[in-house]
Amino acid sequence: MRRALPWVWGVIGVLAVVAIWELYKWLGPADGLVLGAIQGQAGSGLRILPRTGDLNMPHVWDMFARLGQDNGAGTPVLWVSVLAALGITLGISAIGLVIGLVVGVALALVMQRWRIVEWGILPWIVVSQTVPLIAFAPIIARMGTQIDKAGVAWPGWLSVAVIASYLAFFPIAVGALRGLGSPEAIHVDLLRSYGAGYGQTLRKLRLPASVPYLLPALRLGATSAVVGAVVGEVSIGLPGGLGRMIIQLAQSASADPALPYGPIFGAVLVGLIAAGSVALLGLILKNYRRGEAVA
Amino acid sequence: MRFETKQVPDATPAVRAVGVGKTFGRRAKAVDAVAGVDLTIAAGEFVSLIGPSGCGKSTLMRLIADLDAPTAGTLEVFGRSPRTARLEQDYGIAFQQAGLLPWRSVVQNIALPLELHGVPYAERAERAEQLADLVGLADFRDHRPDQLSGGMQQRVAIARALAEKPRLLLMDEPFGALDEMTRERMQAELARIVARTGAAVVFVTHSIPEAVFLSDRVVVMSPRPGRITAEVEVPLGAERAEMLRESPEFFRTVSEVREALHGAPVGRANER
Repeated sequence: MRRALPWVWGVIGVLAVVAIWELYKWLGPADGLVLGAIQGQAGSGLRILPRTGDLNMPHVWDMFARLGQDNGAGTPVLWVSVLAALGITLGISAIGLVIGLVVGVALALVMQRWRIVEWGILPWIVVSQTVPLIAFAPIIARMGTQIDKAGVAWPGWLSVAVIASYLAFFPIAVGALRGLGSPEAIHVDLLRSYGAGYGQTLRKLRLPASVPYLLPALRLGATSAVVGAVVGEVSIGLPGGLGRMIIQLAQSASADPALPYGPIFGAVLVGLIAAGSVALLGLILKNYRRGEAVA
Repeated sequence: MRFETKQVPDATPAVRAVGVGKTFGRRAKAVDAVAGVDLTIAAGEFVSLIGPSGCGKSTLMRLIADLDAPTAGTLEVFGRSPRTARLEQDYGIAFQQAGLLPWRSVVQNIALPLELHGVPYAERAERAEQLADLVGLADFRDHRPDQLSGGMQQRVAIARALAEKPRLLLMDEPFGALDEMTRERMQAELARIVARTGAAVVFVTHSIPEAVFLSDRVVVMSPRPGRITAEVEVPLGAERAEMLRESPEFFRTVSEVREALHGAPVGRANER
């Protein structure tokens, strides 16, 4: 009963969003609400409430029904193409997360080992996250092409994975740094009294102790990697994934308003799979998440 | 079962300190935590360091353990430098907090030092089982620290300190966080364990009855700078049983330590 409760509330939360959507569609003004519009001038004024017509706000059930239809004769059913695109984006996100994990943990290790490196690098790590992704993505894409021309194979998806890792490494580096520094002085003294060196202290103490810090960092990193992968696909124009599919289908939205919601649901699903995988990892590592009982 | 310690040449003292001092900070901010300490602890001897907070008793223990380096004098552990003694695992150590690793079970915690020193799995598992048995936790071998009471955690810490069969045990207020009843039971158990292993013990405490009950000798320290002001021999013999706590010798020695500690007649000291 206790264990089911979070799930019940989760379902209620999702249903609440659907209910609000449908309630507004039903009760809201058909033309929405625009402040300060000038007569006869299209697009003027500030829109604060959207139109409620089927063109702007399709019914939730229509969005799902659309998943079961194809895109004209001979094309696969929508959910099949969404799943295919989802697989590609999920794979790119996963590779991005792994790169982010390796880079983030490596940075945390050198920062933890040498205080001076932390002072030198940490500000740059923080600054790196203020660079907008759309400014940064073309640079990565161009570098990738140059490497590819130089003879080292560099496929487009690798550029997208690097962009995804750029978002993912940040929470991991910060979380791992805190985790590696988390053992109490008594534990560090104890390992020293056993004559343990840096490597042994790392394996037996610092890494296990950092698990409770790494898991939330990894969850943030995983969802960031998904966002990075979708945005990266859009900005370097990589075909096949959900990012491009969202843009492409949005162009037919005026004729088929429920259509672009297919890949959007796909992106939500990738995020859920990413967060779910980290939660699963947390279950496997549950022994490392015990707080030590105080006497 | 084998609880004997490593062999030691009889004449070599467990600890020999000559003019040992430790100064923290520099110049104007310098603080003498320990100054001019001369102390010799024989192999197998149980010595308590007692004194008010800030008298340097913990610092002195950390110097012996090579967790800090002395800034003056010479310090030897079994005739070698504290660093060599630490790397050779001549001593086992326990602190006021148990300091168990929360992700490891009781036996895994006890086996940690053995694991770090490359003792084969079967051997260290056997040794950890024996030690868990020795401290009365055989039924809790697979429990995690958060499932144990404070006293049980502290017993695990003591078992872990004994894992390498050290000739010297360093204990920094190991029972300081326990309630009085648990504490007395733990003292009796420690006395029994030490008698079986024959290890020398440096025991930091600020409880006078605890020091007297356990020790062969009580070393009294005073602060600013931390130094030894008196040493009291405890004439209670080798066997330490609960009944000793009611004996006249026990009370007499307690009074003697208290006088040494306060540098005043017993009457005044009793006002506290």
